[in-house]
Amino acid sequence: MSRMVDWIDRRFPLSHFINKELTGYPTPRNLSSWWNFGFLAGFVLLLQVLSGIFLAMHYKPDAQLALGSVEHIMREVNYGWLIRYMHSTGGSAFFAIIYIHMARSLYYACYHKPRELMWWSGQVLLLMLMATAFMGYLLPWGQMSYWGAQVITNLFRATPFFGDQIVVWLRGGFTIGDDTLSRFFVLHYLFPFLIMGMVFIHLIALHYVKSSNPTGIELAKNEQITFHPYFTIKDLYGLGLFLIIYCYFVFFNPDFFIEANNNIPANPLKTPSHIEPEWYFLPFYAILRSIPDLLGGVIAMSLSVMIFAALPFLDRCKIPGGARYRPVYRTLFYLFMVDILVLGYVGAQPPNGVLMQVGQAATFIYFLLFSLLPFISRKEEKWLLAKGLPPAVLAFMEEEAARESGRKKS
Amino acid sequence: MSEKKQDKPQDHGRRDFLGTATCFVAGAGIAASSWPFINSMNPTADVLAKASTEVDLSDIPAGEEKTVLWQGKPVFILHRTADQISAMEASTGSNKDPEPDEKRVQNPEWLVVVGICTHLGCVPNRREEGWLCPCHGSVYDNSGRILHGPAPRNLDLPPYEFVADTRIIIKKA
Repeated sequence: MSRMVDWIDRRFPLSHFINKELTGYPTPRNLSSWWNFGFLAGFVLLLQVLSGIFLAMHYKPDAQLALGSVEHIMREVNYGWLIRYMHSTGGSAFFAIIYIHMARSLYYACYHKPRELMWWSGQVLLLMLMATAFMGYLLPWGQMSYWGAQVITNLFRATPFFGDQIVVWLRGGFTIGDDTLSRFFVLHYLFPFLIMGMVFIHLIALHYVKSSNPTGIELAKNEQITFHPYFTIKDLYGLGLFLIIYCYFVFFNPDFFIEANNNIPANPLKTPSHIEPEWYFLPFYAILRSIPDLLGGVIAMSLSVMIFAALPFLDRCKIPGGARYRPVYRTLFYLFMVDILVLGYVGAQPPNGVLMQVGQAATFIYFLLFSLLPFISRKEEKWLLAKGLPPAVLAFMEEEAARESGRKKS
Repeated sequence: MSEKKQDKPQDHGRRDFLGTATCFVAGAGIAASSWPFINSMNPTADVLAKASTEVDLSDIPAGEEKTVLWQGKPVFILHRTADQISAMEASTGSNKDPEPDEKRVQNPEWLVVVGICTHLGCVPNRREEGWLCPCHGSVYDNSGRILHGPAPRNLDLPPYEFVADTRIIIKKA
């Protein structure tokens, strides 16, 4: 065995790579459980790719055959029910994990220097994940699939000048049809591999700037511990907890994430009386509905997803650790969480009078929080510096400031 | 010596055992959870449901052959005449794969063989004296036995049974 490894090591940096990037990778010793979710997201990505490949062996991307082939998978393919429920539950699990992963970065302001590119590659990953999930949802060709795709592709009608042409081009027809299904299937199969490539970039950036940690202070060498065995064990423990919840849904409550209406074959002549997107799109859907104008709604919705990318600029406070040392930022964070939950609730309800206004208020607060952040963060920094901060935090800030001015001089 | 003892765990055996046992359980779990994926590539229930074929023989005149599909494969059913039966019972085929005729039929009147050449899987064509494979010229007699050509064996016999005088079921192997 070791002779074989030696042979490879003379020709390829195998041991070097494993030791530098995996086993010996220096990791802050104070990472909390909120740092488990990146690994979990990677795990679920692999799970989705694996189950998806096996589903694709039996699925037929044809408007006449699609729903039937899904039923075929459920009833006749060996363990087809298991693989399909793994995939449908995995989609929701993926979003849950990614949202927690994002909330962690938001809380601890991990998007700050030097992790802007990690944050932005994560933003791209979120968009790719949303696109993949949206296209995958059409594949069972049930009523919800059909009308969800109908509504979302129609959003592109808001494009100035070419709106109608773009919608027809996206669908490959005047309505959602056979050609739409084929292309959504092909792209739904392709995107996860692009996501993997982007994850790789995300990880290269991570291993260059190293993990953030709850204090936001870059730790000294002796405060770092090796990834293996400390974090392999911690990640595996988190995986065990995750799998308990995941398996509960896969085995005992698989229809929790599947709309009953989606077992009705797609009917281009009849819209279901109430359509709502999957839970992970509800807040953005509520924002879309809150604006009583097609173009305005589309812009607000896109902005609500993309605005995260602006956070490195919007948050102008230089105190590390985000909400940990900043009570005002912490309050904003929790306000934002509550606001998202309200939006999610509103998005799931039929659009009527009072809830409509609640949704509009929540949409207003959503954007208000982001637009006030530059001023609040600046004021908060001054206030906290006057009030006093832990010495380690101050030392870190001075170091950063010195490095910054040194760069400017040279 | 005593210093060394302090920075190393003193219960190596127990630790190694726990490590090995954990890896073993994890490995067994991964192996077990790969089974649904592997098994999903096996024939599905609807394919297996079509694994047996029932054939009514009453509409096959003597001397004629009928080809039916069984598990997607052609099966030759030959209604043999008295002349053909006696000719076949008199021989054991070639010395490539000698076999008496009575071992190849349940009722001498009916020959049931899988219509796939044992050479490379083409479907032989019916001729007066038996079958000729168009791909590489293997010749089979009216008992489905290889006479000459590259085929190594006689035509295979599918598992079947008579459920009535003129009705057979070709079943799962």
